[in-house]
Amino acid sequence: MADVQRETQCDQPLLVAEGLSKSYGRLAACRDVSFTLYPGEVLAIVGESGSGKTTLLQMLSAQLASSAGHVSYRMRDGVLRDLNSLGEAERRFLFRTDWGYVHQDPAQGLRMAVSAGANVGERLMAVGWSHYGRIRDAASSWLERVEIDTARIDDAPRTYSGGMRQRLQIARNLVTEPRLVFMDEPTGGLDVSVQARLLDLMRNLVSELGLAAIVVTHDLAVARLLSHRVMVMKGGEVIETGLTDQVLDDPHEPYTQLLVSSILPP
Amino acid sequence: MNAPAYNFAYLDEQTKRMIRRAILKAVAIPGYQVPFASREMPMPYGWGTGGVQVTAAILGPDDVLKVIDQGSDDTTNAISIRKFFAKTAGVATTTATTEATVIQTRHRIPEAPLHAGQVLVYQVPIPEPLRFLEPRETETRRMHALAEYGLIHVKLYEDIARFGHIATSYAYPVKVNARYVMDPSPTPKFDNPKMGNCPALQLFGAGREKRIYAIPPHTTVVSLDFEDHPFTPYRFDAPCALCGAGDAYLDEIVTDDNGSRMFVCSDTDYCESRQAAGHRGSESAAPHKERAHG
Amino acid sequence: MSVMIEMTGAEKTFTMHLQGGVRLPVVRGVTFQVKAGECVVLSGPSGAGKSSILKMIFGNYRCDGGRIGIRHEGAMIDLANAEPRDILSVRRATIGYVSQFLRAIPRVPTIDVVAEPLIVTGTSRADARQRAGHLLRRLNIPERLWTLPPSTFSGGEQQRVNIARGFISDHPVLLLDEPTASLDAANREVVVDLIDEKKCAGVAIVAIVHDDEIRRWIADRVVDVTAFAAAA
Repeated sequence: MADVQRETQCDQPLLVAEGLSKSYGRLAACRDVSFTLYPGEVLAIVGESGSGKTTLLQMLSAQLASSAGHVSYRMRDGVLRDLNSLGEAERRFLFRTDWGYVHQDPAQGLRMAVSAGANVGERLMAVGWSHYGRIRDAASSWLERVEIDTARIDDAPRTYSGGMRQRLQIARNLVTEPRLVFMDEPTGGLDVSVQARLLDLMRNLVSELGLAAIVVTHDLAVARLLSHRVMVMKGGEVIETGLTDQVLDDPHEPYTQLLVSSILPP
Repeated sequence: MNAPAYNFAYLDEQTKRMIRRAILKAVAIPGYQVPFASREMPMPYGWGTGGVQVTAAILGPDDVLKVIDQGSDDTTNAISIRKFFAKTAGVATTTATTEATVIQTRHRIPEAPLHAGQVLVYQVPIPEPLRFLEPRETETRRMHALAEYGLIHVKLYEDIARFGHIATSYAYPVKVNARYVMDPSPTPKFDNPKMGNCPALQLFGAGREKRIYAIPPHTTVVSLDFEDHPFTPYRFDAPCALCGAGDAYLDEIVTDDNGSRMFVCSDTDYCESRQAAGHRGSESAAPHKERAHG
Repeated sequence: MSVMIEMTGAEKTFTMHLQGGVRLPVVRGVTFQVKAGECVVLSGPSGAGKSSILKMIFGNYRCDGGRIGIRHEGAMIDLANAEPRDILSVRRATIGYVSQFLRAIPRVPTIDVVAEPLIVTGTSRADARQRAGHLLRRLNIPERLWTLPPSTFSGGEQQRVNIARGFISDHPVLLLDEPTASLDAANREVVVDLIDEKKCAGVAIVAIVHDDEIRRWIADRVVDVTAFAAAA
C-alpha cells in the first residue's frame, strides 16, 4: 500500500506556483511567475542580480508574502495546501521538517556558537527526539555523509572553514529528510575547488535522497551541473524556461543567448 | 514631625490591582511569563524588586511573612525586606517555615514541606529560560507560543557533549503542566523536585524584566533531560555538620585560614528546628535558643 | 515491426540575437520513420543539419514546428510539444543518445559515468558497475583507467566511454552521432558488433556516419537530409 502511495505521489506535483508577483510600490520585483515542480526534480532559477530570483525564492519558501498569486505545496499526507492557508505553527513546522533552506552565507543558516553535533541535532530535538546517544549518532552519520571529519562533531562552526560550514549547513537541513530544499547561491563566495567539491556532494545527495530542489544561482555552470530544468529571469520576469540542456544548448531569447555566450569555454 | 504614613504594603491600591490581575493570569496559564508594569521600588533592580512587588500585592493584615535569602533568615537582604514589610504593612513576621503564610525567597526553596494555604514568592533575575541561547525577545515569545523547545534541548546536549553530563546546576529548566518551559529562578537543581505537585501556590516575580509567572498548587513540573541522561537531583556526600540532616541542601563554610571547612544546612530555620528537636551533627555547638523577631 | 520514431514536417531555425537577429534556417519538413530493429543512417554534407535532427529527436534542441513522435511506454508521444517532465521520462526509459563528443560531469570516475544510466533506473550500484566494466572491457578501455575521470583520456578513449554509456541500458531507441569517428579499425569493429546486437534486440537506431564502409555494415536505410534543406 505504501509503495502504491509513493508511486502516485511521484506523479503528483510537489510545489505549484501560480501567478506569483511582488511589488514594492511601483517597483515590480517579480511578475507573474508560474511553474510546477515534481518530486525529485531540480529547478534552477538563473539570472543576474536584480532579476528578482531571490524575491521569488523567498515567496516560494513562505518567507515573504506575495502581492499576488499562490504557492501550493503537497504535504506529507498527500494534500495540496495553499501556503497562505497554513497557520504560522504549521509553516514553521514545515520549514523545520519537510523543507530545507540553504543560505548563501552559512553563518545565517547555522548557530555559530553551538557545536556541529548540536547544529545537526537541533531539528531532531525540535521534533521530539529525546535520546542523547541516538541524536549524537544521527548527527555523526550526517557529518560523515557531507564529508566532515566526525572528530569535529563537538567543535563550533566558528572554527570551520567556509566550505565546511556550507556542508554543515546542508547536513543540518537534510537531517529530517526533507522532500524539498531551497538553495540561495549555495556556492557563492567559495573558492573554485571548494565549490566543485560542494557541487559534487549536492549532486550525489540530491540523487540519492530523491530530493526536489529549487536552486537560485547566477552561475550557469551550477545550473548545468545540478538541475533538470531552468528558468531564466530578467527584470522580475521569467523570460525563458525549459530543460537545462535545452535552454543552455539552444537558447531562444536574446538575454539567454547573451548569458550563455558569456560563459568562458573550458 | 510625624513620619509619612505608607499605604498598606507600600504600593498604592491601583498598582496592587494591576499586579493581582497579572498574577491571576499567570496562575491560569502555569509557567507562562505575564508582562506587568513593574514599579519603581525603594531598592535598586537586582535586589528583589519583583518578589517585593508580588508580596506587596498579595499581603493582607492577617498574613505572617517569612523572608529568606539563600535559605537564611539572617542575611542583610532578608532582614531588610522583612523590616520593610513590618514597617509598611505591620504584618507579623517569623522565621519558622511552618508558621508563615507568605514566604518570599531568593534562590532557595525551604526544606520543610509546604502546606495548602501558603504562598512561596520567588525573586527572579532573568525569567526567560531561552534567553542565553536566543537573545531576541520576539523570537523567544514565538517559541513559547508555538511550543518550539528544541533549542533548550540544544543547551542540554551541549552540556553533555562538553562535560559528559548536564552541567546546569541551578536555574535548571522545567516543563510546567506539560506545556510551558520555565526558568525556576536560580534555585539549585536540588530543589526542582519540590516544585512539582506542591500544595502551596508558587509565584515568581522579575522586577527588572517586568514579568510574573506562577505554578498553581498540585501542578506537574518536570525537569528537562534526555532518556539516556535523566535528571538526577544532587546528592551531598555527608550530612549537615550541625544538625546531622542527610536530606537538606548544604552550604560550604570555611572555618579557618588552613582551608578547613564544614557543610551546614543552607535553610537556617530547618537546621535550628532540628537542633531544637535534639538532632546533632558532628560539629554542633551547644543548643541555642531561637531569637524572637518583631 | 512497430514504428518507434515518426517525424512529420519537423523544422528548426536558429535566430542569433547577438548577431543582429540573423536567422539561420537549418531544416524544414523533416519526415521519416524508424521501425524497431531498423538502423536508419542520416547522410548529407557537413552543416546540412544531421546532428540537429538527432538533437531534436533527443529533445536537446527545441523544435519550431511539426511533430516528433516517439513510442514511449506503449503510446506515441509528440516530443515537439511535450512537457519538460515528459521529455525527462522519455530520456530515462526510451531514448539513449551517444553524442559526437563526450560530455561528462567532471570528477566522476569512468566506471560511474558508464554505470549512471542503469543506476537512475533502479539497478544497484554494484550490478551497474559490473555491466559497465563488461562493456568497457569489450571496448578495450583497460581496467586501470576505470577509476579515473575521462577528461584526461584521448579522443578515441573518450568516445568509447561515450559509447559504453549510451549502449549500457536497454533503451528501445538509440541515437548515434558519429560513433566511430575517432576510432581505430579494431574498435570500429567492436562498435559495429554492438550496433548489430542492438538491432537484433529490436532497438530502433538513427545514426550519423561518414565512413562509407561502416554505413554499409549497419544501415538498413539511408535518409539524405539535403531533402530537408531549409531555404535561407
